[in-house]
Amino acid sequence: MRARFSLAPLVLLLALFFAGSALAVKPDEVLQDPVLEARARALSEGLRCMVCQNQSIDESDADLARDLRILLRQRLVAGDTDQQVMDYIVSRYGEFVLLKPPFSLRNALLWGTPVLLLLAGGLFILLSARSRRPAADDSTLSAEEQTALEKILHN
Amino acid sequence: MVETGHFALVLAFALSLVQMLVPLVGARTGNQRLMAVGGPVTVTGFALTALSFAALASAYAGSDFSVASVWENSHSLQPMIYKITGTWGNHEGSMLLWVLILTFFGALVAVFGNNLPATLKANVLAVQGMIGAAFFLFILATSNPFTRLNPAPIEGRDLNPVLQDLGLAIHPPMLYLGYVGFSICFSFSVAALIEGRIDASWARWVRPWTLVAWMFLTGGIAMGSYWAYYELGWGGFWFWDPVENASFMPWLAGTALLHSAIVMEKRSALKIWTLLLAILTFSLSLLGTFLVRSGVLTSVHAFATDPARGVFILCILTLFIGGSLALFALRASRLTVGGLFHPISREGALVLNNLFLTTATATVLVGTLYPLALEALTGGKISVGAPFFDLTFGPLMLPLLAIVPFGPLLAWKRGDVIAASQRLMAAFALAIAAMLVTGLFIDGASVFAALGVGLAVWLVAGALTDLAVKSGVGSVAPAVMLRRFAGLPRSVFGTALAHLGLGLTMLGIVGTLCFGTEKILSMRPGETVELSGHTLRFEGLSPRKGPNFTEDRGRFLLISDGNEDGEITSAKRFYPVRQTVTTESGIRTLGLSQLYLSLGDENNDGSVVVRLWWKPLVTLIWGGGLVMMAGAAMSLLDRRLRVGAPARRRKPAAALASPT
Repeated sequence: MRARFSLAPLVLLLALFFAGSALAVKPDEVLQDPVLEARARALSEGLRCMVCQNQSIDESDADLARDLRILLRQRLVAGDTDQQVMDYIVSRYGEFVLLKPPFSLRNALLWGTPVLLLLAGGLFILLSARSRRPAADDSTLSAEEQTALEKILHN
Repeated sequence: MVETGHFALVLAFALSLVQMLVPLVGARTGNQRLMAVGGPVTVTGFALTALSFAALASAYAGSDFSVASVWENSHSLQPMIYKITGTWGNHEGSMLLWVLILTFFGALVAVFGNNLPATLKANVLAVQGMIGAAFFLFILATSNPFTRLNPAPIEGRDLNPVLQDLGLAIHPPMLYLGYVGFSICFSFSVAALIEGRIDASWARWVRPWTLVAWMFLTGGIAMGSYWAYYELGWGGFWFWDPVENASFMPWLAGTALLHSAIVMEKRSALKIWTLLLAILTFSLSLLGTFLVRSGVLTSVHAFATDPARGVFILCILTLFIGGSLALFALRASRLTVGGLFHPISREGALVLNNLFLTTATATVLVGTLYPLALEALTGGKISVGAPFFDLTFGPLMLPLLAIVPFGPLLAWKRGDVIAASQRLMAAFALAIAAMLVTGLFIDGASVFAALGVGLAVWLVAGALTDLAVKSGVGSVAPAVMLRRFAGLPRSVFGTALAHLGLGLTMLGIVGTLCFGTEKILSMRPGETVELSGHTLRFEGLSPRKGPNFTEDRGRFLLISDGNEDGEITSAKRFYPVRQTVTTESGIRTLGLSQLYLSLGDENNDGSVVVRLWWKPLVTLIWGGGLVMMAGAAMSLLDRRLRVGAPARRRKPAAALASPT
């Protein structure tokens, strides 16, 4: 397992998870068939290392991640499709293992927020652009402040 | 010295109470003398906090292990630079740095804000005082860096080895300058709400602060990204980690604020929105502090079992975010709605920019908090990782980036898209050409890669087009053109540079992600490996002893065109005090690209696992960040901001000469 410190000085917090660094995918894991190996890499980027902080099994050095990488490759060699491999792993480890949460009712708010917000914001802008009435008076500065401002601006 | 620092910290807390109350009462009752208290109190508070910080730093530098925080995070054998940076490489010290920067910014307002209306200045300082008081109390109550140990241990437990790096010297201070810089925008907003009025001059005072904060936050994030890149040893530059997101959200919101403040300053429009954004941006900074400091990210359970710090920050968060939003709800309707504009105009483009940036901020926010909320509410555990953000944040950025070059070319109030498009024809043609060349002639280029390169070229060319059009290229004589170019307002250069930097960063990301190559193999000394046209020969491992670590250093010889072309070394370091191993990656910059290699475990047969990457254009990712910072700095030099309150310090001569 490798440190997940990164973009903030709370490194400490994350450093709790630091336990020595090696490389993630080891040469002995790599499949002979480059097409299969590419599929394995792509799939493992979407699977979470269960004992790490927000790391995929492709990046992690943890033993559990290695086990999952090997398991995944075994399924691929056995002829499973990508979907079958993922289904198999989810059936064993649960949804937590997916770095991309499934589209489900439970995650509706998660996936829906960007779309809804963009639509709502766009609609609001459109409507307010249409109904915008001329404002009565733009200047809220008193005469005194106006001269002060001018003085500042022309110094 | 340690007790002096502790005492200074308590005094600074007491002063922050005065700072939050007296000027506020003065502003409400119109009492000039009470309002005038704000300035000196703020400056003194800063001086005391600085003294306190210096005391802690000297305890670290002198390895005074009777101080608990020093004992936990330092070691007498550490190089001096890491002893000093260790001051803020831990929870307590980093919170002290946080308030140091907060009081520093407050003092800047106090000293350079002489042309602010007296009540506005008093209110701004009072709000700064409130933030300060809350965090001083937090430090003193839950995270005191001056706690002593008795008896004092003989040796410290060493700074986390990952942090023993120059990155720690630069990254957190810069990040905090950004985070906390937005507190000034927040204070100005709350002060405007307290007064119930806001005008274009308010935007003029706020904008330089936004620029300063944004500039440092950009630098802090870029620096952190590079640090993660070389320190973590596998060449990733962005992980969508909650900790990263915590700093990215204020950046996104701050970018939106930067743009909407322009509209407000120039056209008196979007006042209420700008104010809300200023509040939200600092709220996100506070949220980031909470996420990072409370331990809630590690696990909801860790938070529940040791909740003192987390609950305290949560209270601060609720108080400030809730309070400012409640004030906003009560008072915003009193503020007048400003200038009108046609949807197709510079204002319209900036509104669109704000729509996308705000949605992107919300997306990152939901993605970061959703797993926490779900676990707290239902006990269900899900993971939200990079694939989620790629699918949501990515598509939001594409249209935003595509419209960037149009913005500066549209006129205020009512713009002409067709005219702007005609001016952008050359940039567009260039982008299409880049896209075709990428797609057709580069092996293995995906549609995404072609699109990405095209978009990046579009941004860069668009930024240059803006400068060209504004200096009259093609319509006036070259001599006139040069004169016009030199006479362009600094803020025009600022905009162009920032947008250009964005394009460069984009190019770096696309280049690395789409055209990078990688090899994982076991090598014996003397063996060579070839990657994307570069040949490396493994020379062997040799042990070496550092001040507080031992390492096995692997040496690799780069061979270009049959000639030896320098060495690249990568090491596995062992830090005995903490019993940790780190990988020191070996990086060789070739042009804008880098060869990156990191050493793995030794195999039984004497070979060593080596992982090797070719990262094309990768340096542009951070280079673009630097260019963006330069853009912000350029904008700060603009004359119209120089006459504004805080930036006047840049020109003391002009300030002296001015009648104000």
